[in-house]
Amino acid sequence: MRIPCPYCGPRDVGEFTYQGDATVTRPDPASTDQDGWNRYVYDRANPAGKHSEVWQHSGGCRAHLIVERDTLTHAVGAVRYARGSATKAAARPAAKAAAKKTSPRKPATRAKAGK
Amino acid sequence: MAEYSAFSLLKNALNGHRDWKPAWRKPDPKPAYDVIIIGGGGHGLATAYYLAKEHGITNVAVLEKGWLGSGNIGRNTTIVRSNYLLPESIRFYEFSMKLWENLSHELNYNVMFSQRGILNLAHSPAQADDYIRRGNAMRLGGGDAEWLTPEQIARTAPGVDISGSARFPVVGGLLQPRAGTARHDAVAWGYARGADRRGVDIIENCEVTGFLREGDTISGVQTTRGEIRAAKVAVAVAGSTGRVMKLAGIDKLPIESHVLQAFVSESLKPFVDGVVTFGAGHLYMSQSDKGGLVFGGDIDGYNSYAQRGNLPVVEEVMSEMVAMFPALARVRLLRSWGGVMDMSMDGSPIITTGPLPGMYLNCGWCYGGFKATPASGFSFAWTIARDEPHAINAPYTLDRFHRGILIDEKGQGATPRLH
Amino acid sequence: MSGRRIPDGGRIDRNRPVRFSFDGRSYSGFAGDTLASALLANGVTLFGRSFKYHRPRGVLAAGIDEPNALVTVLRGTKREANIPATQLEIYDGLVTESQNRFPSLGFDLGAVNQLGAPLISAGFYYKTFMGPVIGPLKGTRFWMFCEWFIRRAAGLGRADHEPDTSRYERMNAFCDVLVVGSGPAGMAAARAAAGTGKRVILTELDPVPGGSANLSGETIGGKPAVDWAADEAAELAALPNVRLLTRTHVWGYYDGNTLAALERLGDHVSSQHAGEARHRHWVIRAGTVVLATGAFERPIVFQGNDRPGVMLAGAARRYTAEFGVLPGRRVAVFTNNDSAYQAAAQLRAAGAEIAAIVDTRLSISPAARDLAQKAGGELLLGHAVSATGGRGALSGITVQQVDASGGVSGEKTNIAVDCLVVSGGWSPAIHLASQAGQKPKWDEDLQAFLPPEPAQKWLGAGAFLGAATTAEALRGGRAAGLKAAGAMASRAALEKVDAPELDPHPAPVFEIRADGGKAFVDHQLDVTADDVRLAHREGFMSVEHLKRYTTLGMATDQGKTSNVPGLAIMAAARGISIPEAGTTRFRPPFAPVSLGSLAAERFGELKPDRLTPMHDWHIERGAQMMPAGLWHRPQIYGFPGETLEQTYVREAAAVRESVGIVDVSTLGKIAVQGPDAAEFLDRVYTNMFSTLAVGKARYGLMLREDGLILDDGTTWRLGETEFLMTTTTAAAGKVMQHLECLLDVRWPDMRVSLTSVTDEWAGAAIAGPNARKVLERAVKGTAVDNDTLPFMGIVRGEIDGAPVMICRLSFSGELAYEVYCGAGHGTHVWEALMAAGEPFGILPYGMEALGTLRIEKGHVTGAEIDGRVTARDLYLDRMLSKKKPFVGSAMMDREGLADENRIRLVGIVSLDRQPLGGGAHIVEKNSRDEPNDSIGHITAVCYSPALSKYIGLALVKGGKARHGQRAFTADPLRGRYGPVEIVSHHFFDPDGSRMHG
Repeated sequence: MRIPCPYCGPRDVGEFTYQGDATVTRPDPASTDQDGWNRYVYDRANPAGKHSEVWQHSGGCRAHLIVERDTLTHAVGAVRYARGSATKAAARPAAKAAAKKTSPRKPATRAKAGK
Repeated sequence: MAEYSAFSLLKNALNGHRDWKPAWRKPDPKPAYDVIIIGGGGHGLATAYYLAKEHGITNVAVLEKGWLGSGNIGRNTTIVRSNYLLPESIRFYEFSMKLWENLSHELNYNVMFSQRGILNLAHSPAQADDYIRRGNAMRLGGGDAEWLTPEQIARTAPGVDISGSARFPVVGGLLQPRAGTARHDAVAWGYARGADRRGVDIIENCEVTGFLREGDTISGVQTTRGEIRAAKVAVAVAGSTGRVMKLAGIDKLPIESHVLQAFVSESLKPFVDGVVTFGAGHLYMSQSDKGGLVFGGDIDGYNSYAQRGNLPVVEEVMSEMVAMFPALARVRLLRSWGGVMDMSMDGSPIITTGPLPGMYLNCGWCYGGFKATPASGFSFAWTIARDEPHAINAPYTLDRFHRGILIDEKGQGATPRLH
Repeated sequence: MSGRRIPDGGRIDRNRPVRFSFDGRSYSGFAGDTLASALLANGVTLFGRSFKYHRPRGVLAAGIDEPNALVTVLRGTKREANIPATQLEIYDGLVTESQNRFPSLGFDLGAVNQLGAPLISAGFYYKTFMGPVIGPLKGTRFWMFCEWFIRRAAGLGRADHEPDTSRYERMNAFCDVLVVGSGPAGMAAARAAAGTGKRVILTELDPVPGGSANLSGETIGGKPAVDWAADEAAELAALPNVRLLTRTHVWGYYDGNTLAALERLGDHVSSQHAGEARHRHWVIRAGTVVLATGAFERPIVFQGNDRPGVMLAGAARRYTAEFGVLPGRRVAVFTNNDSAYQAAAQLRAAGAEIAAIVDTRLSISPAARDLAQKAGGELLLGHAVSATGGRGALSGITVQQVDASGGVSGEKTNIAVDCLVVSGGWSPAIHLASQAGQKPKWDEDLQAFLPPEPAQKWLGAGAFLGAATTAEALRGGRAAGLKAAGAMASRAALEKVDAPELDPHPAPVFEIRADGGKAFVDHQLDVTADDVRLAHREGFMSVEHLKRYTTLGMATDQGKTSNVPGLAIMAAARGISIPEAGTTRFRPPFAPVSLGSLAAERFGELKPDRLTPMHDWHIERGAQMMPAGLWHRPQIYGFPGETLEQTYVREAAAVRESVGIVDVSTLGKIAVQGPDAAEFLDRVYTNMFSTLAVGKARYGLMLREDGLILDDGTTWRLGETEFLMTTTTAAAGKVMQHLECLLDVRWPDMRVSLTSVTDEWAGAAIAGPNARKVLERAVKGTAVDNDTLPFMGIVRGEIDGAPVMICRLSFSGELAYEVYCGAGHGTHVWEALMAAGEPFGILPYGMEALGTLRIEKGHVTGAEIDGRVTARDLYLDRMLSKKKPFVGSAMMDREGLADENRIRLVGIVSLDRQPLGGGAHIVEKNSRDEPNDSIGHITAVCYSPALSKYIGLALVKGGKARHGQRAFTADPLRGRYGPVEIVSHHFFDPDGSRMHG
């Protein structure tokens, strides 16, 4: 499986860390709605088919990406930065150069993996 | 149906094996049953068997979408063990172990459970403490466990790199002598045959496409072979839990389906006797009676229903294999496959009534479901028959996640890929 | 050498004889021979014994599909088992032996199994060996007794336990077009794609490219096909944008067009230079793949079809054309299709006598008839081989009339032959295409499964797609190559192929049914046609049940020759068509792959070693190192003759009495910077950090979202918008990922940047009553007195010219400081501190003493924070801010986590003055009973020099409520039991006067 990182280009799945379902929403930090927190922490749609999910390019630029992927075929679709600001630039497949400029992370902030 | 024995085998050998009957019938579904079990895998079949045997409930259908045993019972690394840490787990898996120890007789089917032991190698003092804690928990919980020194390990599992110069030197190992391996397919077939001969209908190629309801209560299922009604509908579909429960309107569960790969080497003369696990990573291996080394490691780590994985895990598992047994570099990988695992949020299963009236749910086995098969079937049957859990599955509720009563063997929290 | 060798032709080099041995006997062959061809040339027909019945077996195939002729290769003391003789290239000094026989291949005691053959039919073991229900052999004992013998009888070759010393390597490759297979189709595809300038990789599993061109005897573009292939390959290899890999099989087709291949570099040579890899693991990311993997010939299932001397027709052609070896002198051909007629003609041309051509069909194509005429011998249409004869090797066949379903009748004719070549049609090698999970399609005309619709980016060509002729392969190959390269189709004329116009369609005959002996479907695992029918009778009808019940297709050849015949026999038994009976899904690997190659550079070095900047210093001072994750840390700095306990007690006592120094460089360090850094820390820590003054540090506790503890550590405020966070060594990576995820995914608007700086800083902790005096001597540029550097204060200064950052904090409970400097200055600063401490007798201390000091103080670490504990379990409630929400605050009060009876932190003191054991449990009754109720467990133990007692930390049900109670340790694993008192975990200096002093 290969994931086209908007910052680094297409990379092997081994460079990425899976961070799960991207459709869950974190309640407002001050929320005391226990059900909302439970849904966020524990409950998953776990679909067979299209799945929107978070991957961190932990062996690369360390950015978190929202990846549209099919859980039945492993086919990887659209990929964008999890950070909203870069969403538009990243959504265009050919926008690697543009994405670099709007990258949420300066290269200097790229941490080494596996510390 | 004829008993299986050396005598019956001899008798049939003399007439060219022409008189053997099918191990289970191939009935058409009846319009209604007392209990429907969705999922003709190990757990579903065991549940049907114990419903019939322990509770006298024989008007039961097991519905299997493909061929019987096509799920994880047919694609695992065959390890049976009860070397757990937490009291809930020890109680459940020890119960299972005791059922395993008599299973071939119980089923009149040789499931080839062989108690050649499982050895967990420890590679640092801290890991040794962890394993000793677990071993002591097993002993105090009524199980068996021993601590081996590196010298004893060298004798038990020759070829393990116990040299001090190894990147991860072996400081000791936790041995559960009663653990071992069983012939996975035979477990499915044995339970199927046992359930069938007690009257259970096992219906293959029958996919559930929807649920029937009376008010809020589940009253049966729609299938590719027509509607089937039952007062009690039990779901034991492991990796397909999300898919099936969605048909009942349960959109979210504390479960993610992940792919786990497993591997077999070419057939070799005896190389290793029992099961050995590598502590400086994640690897478990044993040798089948046919001679293939059977081994596996971590799940791939992403949601999947594809029954196939990718290269990084393949490379990681092989790297750990040759780190543990440097002789194996020359041995060749013969086959690999992938299974879909119902990874729960604390790494422990769910065996419960509900979540809808008329429904019963068995899932969340992560990749430890095989060894649990007898206890899972036993306790799920109990739960279905009596509408309350047996003592061994009482902790395995669905609401424990929300209530914070977690059974987290690995201490990883709500990150299924880490369990 | 017997007269099996043809005077000329083939890939062998008759000027280079090669000596090798098989089962202790020395033979001679030529460079270019495989073990199979060389032994056949020497008249050897017996290669091995079958798995179950130990029947004598010869060689059935000529390539990777060989089920029978498996041997063990010995290199010095190293053994490599189960290598097909058909794939093993001989070299001078090659030593091989046969397998699965005792005492010898010719006389094998295991052959006694054939007498009991009726008993050991498919699945017999499920029905017996269960033993008595009661008595000493109840339970699993009787089975395990039987199994002991079964395990020793089973298995093929033997692997030894000696470590392999070979080198393996991995190659990452990227190309636009990957062409798998270098037959005419693959060659044409590679040529076409290369012509567009794209980057092309062409792989061939054999040592010589060319595939069918090497054996066809056809002409391509006016040249003999074998020469055409050699010329094409040479031209392709010379192109800068083409990489030609021979001895390489692509074995895995993974997601994202990632393919795995194995290149065998060292198996065909007698020795390699130091550092040369034996195998190379290729990971190829291909834009488009062209699968030109050809087809495997199928045998026909009939009685005695496993006798040495029975061989696939295509294999016989290969031995003749490629190796100049006649597989027999007097040969019969048995077929259901035209392709075997080429074998007949070729064998005849090479000097064999064709005794008969037996064809199940009643009529054949004119081209086949022509070939039959050339071959000579009797043409028996509508006939089949119903039995074979011979002791050990084949001496004759029995031929009878056959009907369309494979039933035989009529007069039996015996024909004396020493070789029978068989063709049951061809199965395209669709394995790679099938790995993506799609179902193959059955083609009724070709009687074969064709590849599925592509689930990934691949195109097919040649026999892989069912193409029967070389011309079609060239055409399809070129078209696929161009399309894969994104180029327009070409109308240019292709090279002309001279080949007979054969009928590509076989008759649908898979099994010849006749009463009597065994007819083998899976040769290696001894699965017979009757076994398949037994499986059917017992209800194991689906293809997967068939496979699992009979073991059909599970052997090292992975059913390459047996899958379709087995399926056909099951379909016939069920009265349904072959595709209705099912298909098998192929999975990686296509053919076996060495485990070493997949580990590649990690063989011998599984994971990197992490060393602190002061590592060499520790080693020089005789430190005994211990692993801490990937790190190596000093455990103790022992003196000769000291026990571990004596050493750490001495080290810990030195800290309490004067001063000690410990390397803390392994702590995780994260730079948290940005305008929202303080707010960010407030959210991720349970306690407040926005109120922390610049130049001060604070101990912080971090929870997971589910409310349990993730990690702890101190965080230093270096500036208004700049913090340095420290984590425990073990949790550094996890904490970094946790924080990054929150920042990137949950709070994208926060202006914070995180940088892991663990490796940038070296750290040393100085602890003990004289710690300040040491610093006073060492540090320039700042005072270190209590006013300048109060508890939890931070100063910057210099030690022997190196800039340092010093924070006064204590893990040991003593007056203590952590000194951080650039990693490159680590040893320099360390040595300066040692020198400054000399008057005070400063001692370096290791992990054991560090642990002792923290246990005395009751500080928690990874042993307690095991992912299952809450802040309250560790009595860290005061760390839980009520003024703000934080990660985990909403979930930490759930009923299961608030339960008072959870296991909670306590101290324990050994009452019998015996050492305590980490991992021991606590029980209420002094009893060696098992089972017994555990009320908790010990997490950390030491001999406390400060208290002169064996003490420990433990997590015990109820925690504090049990202070003052007596209990007992239970450590059945090590046989240790003893009385303990449960006490507060703050053993030493509970009011903290020493560290604040």
